[in-house]
Amino acid sequence: MIPALRIHQVAKRYGSLQALDRVDLEVAQGEFFGLLGPNGAGKTTLISALAGLVRPDSGRLEVMGCDVQSDYRAARRQLGVVPQELVFDPFFSVRETLQIQAGYFGIAASRERDAWVDEILHNLDLTDKANSNMRTLSGGMKRRVLVAQALVHRPPVIVLDEPTAGVDVELRQTLWRFIRRLNAEGHTIVLTTHYLEEAESLCGRIAMLRAGRIVALDSTPNLLRRFSVHTLRLRLRAGDSLPAEVKAERQGDTWVLPFERFDDVEPLLARVRATGCVIEDLATAQPDLEEVFLKVMHSEGAAA
Amino acid sequence: MTSFLTLLYKEVLRFWKVGFQTLAAPVLTAMLYLLIFSHVLEGRVRVYGTLPYTAFLVPGLVMMSVLQNAFANTSSSLIQSKVMGSIVFILLPPISYLSFYGAYIVAALLRGVMVGAGVLLVTCWFAPLHLENPLWVLAFAFLGGALLGTLGMLAGLWADKFDQLAAFQNFLIMPLTFLSGVFYSIHSLPAFWQAVSRYNPVFYLIDGFRYGFFGMSDVSPWQSIAVSLSCTLILAGLTLWLLHRGYKLRQ
Repeated sequence: MIPALRIHQVAKRYGSLQALDRVDLEVAQGEFFGLLGPNGAGKTTLISALAGLVRPDSGRLEVMGCDVQSDYRAARRQLGVVPQELVFDPFFSVRETLQIQAGYFGIAASRERDAWVDEILHNLDLTDKANSNMRTLSGGMKRRVLVAQALVHRPPVIVLDEPTAGVDVELRQTLWRFIRRLNAEGHTIVLTTHYLEEAESLCGRIAMLRAGRIVALDSTPNLLRRFSVHTLRLRLRAGDSLPAEVKAERQGDTWVLPFERFDDVEPLLARVRATGCVIEDLATAQPDLEEVFLKVMHSEGAAA
Repeated sequence: MTSFLTLLYKEVLRFWKVGFQTLAAPVLTAMLYLLIFSHVLEGRVRVYGTLPYTAFLVPGLVMMSVLQNAFANTSSSLIQSKVMGSIVFILLPPISYLSFYGAYIVAALLRGVMVGAGVLLVTCWFAPLHLENPLWVLAFAFLGGALLGTLGMLAGLWADKFDQLAAFQNFLIMPLTFLSGVFYSIHSLPAFWQAVSRYNPVFYLIDGFRYGFFGMSDVSPWQSIAVSLSCTLILAGLTLWLLHRGYKLRQ
């Protein structure tokens, strides 16, 4: 099967800034893929290159097998992009905005087109606002319209660049419910976000970008396993202290002990008791993406 | 074709929704020019020997309105969507650069011709309308709209900020239109300025357009149409090439 996205040795430089440094990436059809990285890591440049908004200095990008330069019209039909900036055309109503956007993609006015526009409006809770002018909408509402605009041509690949930045909880849930449904129906989803818990719960696979390079690329569970561990957090009786042979880190009055599998917990506790310490409180902590992210971003020369 | 028609529809809807400012205001401006200049000059100046000044002025004002509004439409639409970022909505879809160019130019032409027709309509009261050759009138109106619409696209593509566009408009477009013979026949100028005027492409548009009304002009309408057509083709070629390259649109 043709990959949804194929990015091969893509480089882009702005003056002295190497925005993308020979990026290689493939995303299979039907994936829910996360693209993470700090500001300025190159996420938006990569997305813009896919959308044809940025021309790479070298390398090739394909969307559903269509080259974004030489076969740009076919490639753009396959791709729906939700831009990061909250942009809108102040002259039109929500419905007009969507009808016009569909027309740009060559979809002429028809009952089918209207039905799909209605469905998108409904799924994004925009039906009440369909005839409101774009200027009168709140930021969150404008964000929904941006998502809707990316979907008017039913693209098989949908790229969302920070779609939940500055958006309330309710919209986030509405949005993710709809995006998950689209993913379940076979659409490939690529997401960049600053909310790591969102990426952790949604994305099957994650790439981390730093300074224009992919520094980590794996399935979400693998990434969590590779870069992060479970921890046992103990509070000991006042005055008790763990000897150096027990691998632990002291954080205030809490001792943090790493372990890999839950089977290891019992022996670990036995060892603590063997030192004569008394445990007053105990908790375990799950590995999370934030920890992985910080580790990857701060490790030197991390490789994919 | 659907994407071309949609972009055209969007561009027309854009100026139509603010028609008071984009259609009515320029008609009023042209009427004010006519009131003032005809008040001062009517009865004192005759052009081409026999033509009353007001009658002479009307076609010039009509054409100037066509040109300025065609320029304003493409340039302000582009700079607005660039500054606001909504240009992305037409950069993401598979719109060919030819459709892109065509839609903007046809919309500019429509606005130019609508304003021009409006000016003609309200100035009928001041001077009896005389149409010697409507085909020339139409040909120059369309060429002028296309030429200035294209120039507006170039300006809109080039400018990154509103003040850059304003500079283009104030220091290039305004002098070119005002010094093109809208308000006078270039035969009334000293020889040196007559010669300079002949390097102004807008002069040929106005002169040819006026020929359609009176059958009289400063230069032959064939020469005017040749100059206007060549200028339009050269600028259109340049604009299409820039659009194809994604000049200032795709980094």
